[in-house]
Amino acid sequence: MTTANQPAAYRNDFLKEVEANVEEGHMVKMCMQCGVCAGSCPLGSHWEHSPQKIFMMIRAGKREEVLTSDAMWMCTSCYNCIARCPRKLPITHIMHGLANYAHRLGLAPKGQPTRDFAVMFWNNLTKTGRVNELKLTLGHYFKDGIGAGIKKGLEMKGVGLGLLKAKRLNPMEILGGHKLQDLAGFHAIVAKAREIEDRRRGLSS
Amino acid sequence: MTGNIATNRTVLVVGGGISGMTAALEAAECGKEVILVEKLPTLGGRTARLYRYFPKMCHPTCGLEINLRRIKGNRKVQVLTMTEVVAVQGRRGDYRVSLRIAPRHVNENCTACGDCAKAVDAEIPDPFEYGLKTTKAAYLPHAMAYPQRYVLDPSIIGTADAEKAQAACKVGAIDVAMAEETVDINVGAVIWATGWKPYDAEKIQPYGYGRFKNVITSLEFERLADPAGPTGGKLLRPSDGKEARNIAFIQCAGSRDENHLRHCSRICCMASLKQTQYVREACPDGSGKSTIYYIDIRAIDRFEDFYQNVQKDPSVSFVKSKVARIAEGEDGNLVLHGVNTEGYHRYAADHDLVVLAVGMEPEAKGIRLPEDIVTDSSGFIEGSKDEGMFGAGAAASPLDVNRATQSATAAALRAIQVIHKTAATETAA
Repeated sequence: MTTANQPAAYRNDFLKEVEANVEEGHMVKMCMQCGVCAGSCPLGSHWEHSPQKIFMMIRAGKREEVLTSDAMWMCTSCYNCIARCPRKLPITHIMHGLANYAHRLGLAPKGQPTRDFAVMFWNNLTKTGRVNELKLTLGHYFKDGIGAGIKKGLEMKGVGLGLLKAKRLNPMEILGGHKLQDLAGFHAIVAKAREIEDRRRGLSS
Repeated sequence: MTGNIATNRTVLVVGGGISGMTAALEAAECGKEVILVEKLPTLGGRTARLYRYFPKMCHPTCGLEINLRRIKGNRKVQVLTMTEVVAVQGRRGDYRVSLRIAPRHVNENCTACGDCAKAVDAEIPDPFEYGLKTTKAAYLPHAMAYPQRYVLDPSIIGTADAEKAQAACKVGAIDVAMAEETVDINVGAVIWATGWKPYDAEKIQPYGYGRFKNVITSLEFERLADPAGPTGGKLLRPSDGKEARNIAFIQCAGSRDENHLRHCSRICCMASLKQTQYVREACPDGSGKSTIYYIDIRAIDRFEDFYQNVQKDPSVSFVKSKVARIAEGEDGNLVLHGVNTEGYHRYAADHDLVVLAVGMEPEAKGIRLPEDIVTDSSGFIEGSKDEGMFGAGAAASPLDVNRATQSATAAALRAIQVIHKTAATETAA
């Protein structure tokens, strides 16, 4: 039991919050701090906090530091850590779960490229029920302004033309592209799913 | 072997390592008839292959000698080497056990003079040295082998080498025609002292055992440190025979890992702490360096003071980290990659030899046990449903020598109780 009189150091409110709201969050407490995940991560040196450090920070109640960190956004889902974890923690899933939770709370770092791209991808997908690859790519190229977008586009010209030649890229998609037949039904499904999930997590949408 | 007279007042002990010898002797010295069977040509088991014990840093030969003397002096223990249990039928107080005895091709006339080994050309990987060197295909398993008798490797039977060995033997001890035998015996209780085996280190893929020559197991390191071992006690690394000076010990190599062994093998922390002292002694000029990579040091029970003394040793350093992977350099050196969880520092550390403190797996995992036997989630023997068979020593739990002998003594007592009950029932009937 956690009470207001308890010293801050012993509170595990944040661990409980994570367990309740983050995908696979109940596994966080299984970490034995061996560090094999951190050592196995191919992006390891680019992280602010390694996974086992994040797990310890969760247990230490460092809510603000964890949720505003960009560490879990750096995960590329290579699954090296899951394969090696001696306690079989689903580390990749927890990282994505934490990132998602931080995003939903609005605490995730602004301008974090993975986060921006994820948002862009989601909006692109839910609009028509199909991923419009042309719009997604262009959106990604031009996110930092017109000049940067044109520069990036020219850099990738060869790839684009190749895709066009191989009929893997349809320029007509720019006009809206292919979509689901029952678009209203699809939007209703997505809205309902979000409502259910928010209720489960005690969040308001 | 027809001379075997076992009744259901006999205790069968399976396995002739330190636990099996202890259990057999404790029961025999209480007046019980005991049959001690061992799969290999000699008693002693894995204990005989250790260089030294922790915490007193004494030599296993001492304890083995005492036990062998007790066995030689006790008529109630019958030792059968090269013998395996193939089937157990019946129940507590009345088991019928089938034993298969492999041919040794050397009979009791053998004086261990070694003339056969000189005559034979073929060499085999020395099983006692974990294959770190070869031995002649006619060999004495080790200096303290009991029975003190040579053995012919089955690979030379039917070749000219076997004939050469036979011709060289002055006492007519070699019998190439010796065949496998199967005997059935009655016993009242069975003690399974089948011991342990090192976890197959090749399965720990990121550490490169089997791919990188200078990654060895802690058991192989014991042999390197032993003056009677393949390198004469010098810590020579396998790739180029250079003396190792900067040695890494990796703890929990296989243990405490859901992908490998679930359990903590208990002895490995103390074993590595002990082995750092081999390094220090091998380099009297102080050039030897040991680094222990660990999750946490579990110096079980009263060994905390040993740990504290090693901590004070300037030649030993500790890194709190489970090593993520090992890469091999061109010079045969190894680079250990990981993150030190004390401060979360990333490291890429260079070492010239890596010793994996491999976990203990029950040897019984590889043999077919009677259906009645109950094992835990790691395969260690808890006993039998009819309470007439018991696990002892490292077959029952990952234990060091000290604790294994305690466990064996406990198993002997429980076996004696079964024999007493059987005797009481028979008298009443």
